[in-house]
Amino acid sequence: MVGILEDKDRIFTNLYGLQDWRLEAAKRRGAWNATPDMIALGGPWIIDQIKNSGLRGRGGAGFGTGLKWSFMPKVVNPDRPHYLVVNADESEPGTCKDREIMRHDPHLLIEGCLIASFAMQAHVCYVYIRGEYVREREVLEEAVKEAYAAKLIGKNNVNGWDFDLYVHHGAGAYICGEETALLESLEGKKGQPRLKPPFPAGAGVYGCPTTVNNVESIAVVGTILRRGAEWFAGFGRPNNTGTKLMCVSGHVERPCNIEEAMSIPLKQLLEEHCGGVRGGWGNLKAVIPGGSSVRMIPAHEAETALMDFDSLSSLKSGLGTAAVIVMDQSTDLVRAIARISYFYKHESCGQCTPCREGTGWMWRVMERMASGEADPKEIDTLLDVASQVEGHTICALGDAAAWPIQGLFRHFRPEIEARIASYRAGRPHVQGARLEAAE
Amino acid sequence: MSVRRLAKEQPASFTFSEATLEKARWWIAKYPPGRQQSAVIPILWLVQKQEGWVSEPALRAIAELLSMPVIRVLEVATFYTMFQLEPVGTTALIQVCGTTPCMLRGAGELMKVCKDKIGPKNHPSADGKFSWEEVECLGACCNAPMAQINDYYYEDLTAESLAKIIDDFAAGEAPKPGSYAGRHSSEPAGGAQTLTDPALYDGSAGKPIKSLPNAPKPEEAPAG
Repeated sequence: MVGILEDKDRIFTNLYGLQDWRLEAAKRRGAWNATPDMIALGGPWIIDQIKNSGLRGRGGAGFGTGLKWSFMPKVVNPDRPHYLVVNADESEPGTCKDREIMRHDPHLLIEGCLIASFAMQAHVCYVYIRGEYVREREVLEEAVKEAYAAKLIGKNNVNGWDFDLYVHHGAGAYICGEETALLESLEGKKGQPRLKPPFPAGAGVYGCPTTVNNVESIAVVGTILRRGAEWFAGFGRPNNTGTKLMCVSGHVERPCNIEEAMSIPLKQLLEEHCGGVRGGWGNLKAVIPGGSSVRMIPAHEAETALMDFDSLSSLKSGLGTAAVIVMDQSTDLVRAIARISYFYKHESCGQCTPCREGTGWMWRVMERMASGEADPKEIDTLLDVASQVEGHTICALGDAAAWPIQGLFRHFRPEIEARIASYRAGRPHVQGARLEAAE
Repeated sequence: MSVRRLAKEQPASFTFSEATLEKARWWIAKYPPGRQQSAVIPILWLVQKQEGWVSEPALRAIAELLSMPVIRVLEVATFYTMFQLEPVGTTALIQVCGTTPCMLRGAGELMKVCKDKIGPKNHPSADGKFSWEEVECLGACCNAPMAQINDYYYEDLTAESLAKIIDDFAAGEAPKPGSYAGRHSSEPAGGAQTLTDPALYDGSAGKPIKSLPNAPKPEEAPAG
């Protein structure tokens, strides 16, 4: 057996699309099984089960899903209906898991939407899918049509909760993965994050109480209720429970998506599922373990890191979306991070000055660091600016732009200093350079 | 931020085709009454499908259709980078993902192929049939490097396979999207090592469940 998780405990049994995604086949794999019974047990029971399972949001922030649901008002004001909005705007570099759910196991997602909406007394759910995922949207729309035709959703459906599900799409803006930017975008505006409070549970889409959840967080709900909160909580370490889709990209022999138990050692994940690092473990230089927004960890820390929230945050990194980007010794780390800086510069929404100006500035300096054409003193200035962008913006994009740079310098500062020195060595006219030939 | 402006040369007018209008109405019906503005992104997308790009007269037509100020449509069209504000290649628009996970696996070589075959980025080729651009993470990182051509993803590309794809488009064929390294989707190359247990697919998971775990006993169940 490879890895920790056994096949019988996998939730996404059609992760690779080797089976049929359509309704009949999905039902044979367990989707929509006993859904009316769950509805009959009531919303508070469902929320309790999800809380007990320890499920933490799979979109990156890791907030308790059950707890988030419990923030919704208990009594519905008829003028302000409740909404569930599913965040399928998967754009974090390194992450490609929700895509597989939508095109290969869409019925698990639709079922989860119904259950979660019922638990929060919402009759309408929007799935906001990123615009580039055209194929995924086509499949999801088709699956929604099937669910309507089978009366699994819609008015007077067999599950006993009137429920409409609509697929909405974006048009290429990373920032719309931030929940309030997503709501703005859903309302037909520029995707610029809102100030919080009010939180979406108080005033979300169209000013009504709304909960925004990641695709994976919602798609696992049905299976958790079918198999029991304890079953899900049995994987991983306390506070880091469950199974998780992990996306491994970069310099491994066989990049892939895989569902694994939380807290699997990073090394085991790479060696058993992905054929190991290209050129062997010794060839590893650094790993970004949770999507481009988290700080990288060097090879010696990757040796013992576990793929969970607590282990990675103790290494000053994070689990994020569990998107592991592996970089071997041949990688120009400065260039790789400069490209990430460009990404954040490109995706800043322009609303907050520290981020709008800071991301562009940091990218330009990073480009010079990559070529070596920088002043050694600029390293401290860069880190100072990064720390001033971090935490001083409405949403977390400012933090996300700062962290990769901080991670790079935390572990590889001598490498950049050496690069600057070697750039200067051959150029006597660079300001501050040593004039070896001079008298 | 990316600064984006409307094209200098604009057509005189824009008319929705019947098919576009029908789809637009289908989108508008998805939102509560009075919230038709929500459909602006999907409708801009439909317009782009119809015309190939988004022109200024089209923005005005959309604003009228959705009873919203033109400036709000302009804001949306310039904010979201999937909207092409200038004409693009009529046969194929190639969007190469250049973000780090793809970069690590050779996106640079793909862009070189595009440059050699089509010309500088963000400019249509001489015959107007092709254009290419570098885009940010497309979310198919396990199948890097990859490119989106027109609507679909072409994955696990090499310089050779992308060159062949471009040639095929030029020859009027429709190359198949998906992996060009023989993978089905994002399973490890050489075949999935997991999800091989036949019991997952024999229908046993679909058999009725007598009672859900942790369900309260009938006498404890809340009334109603």
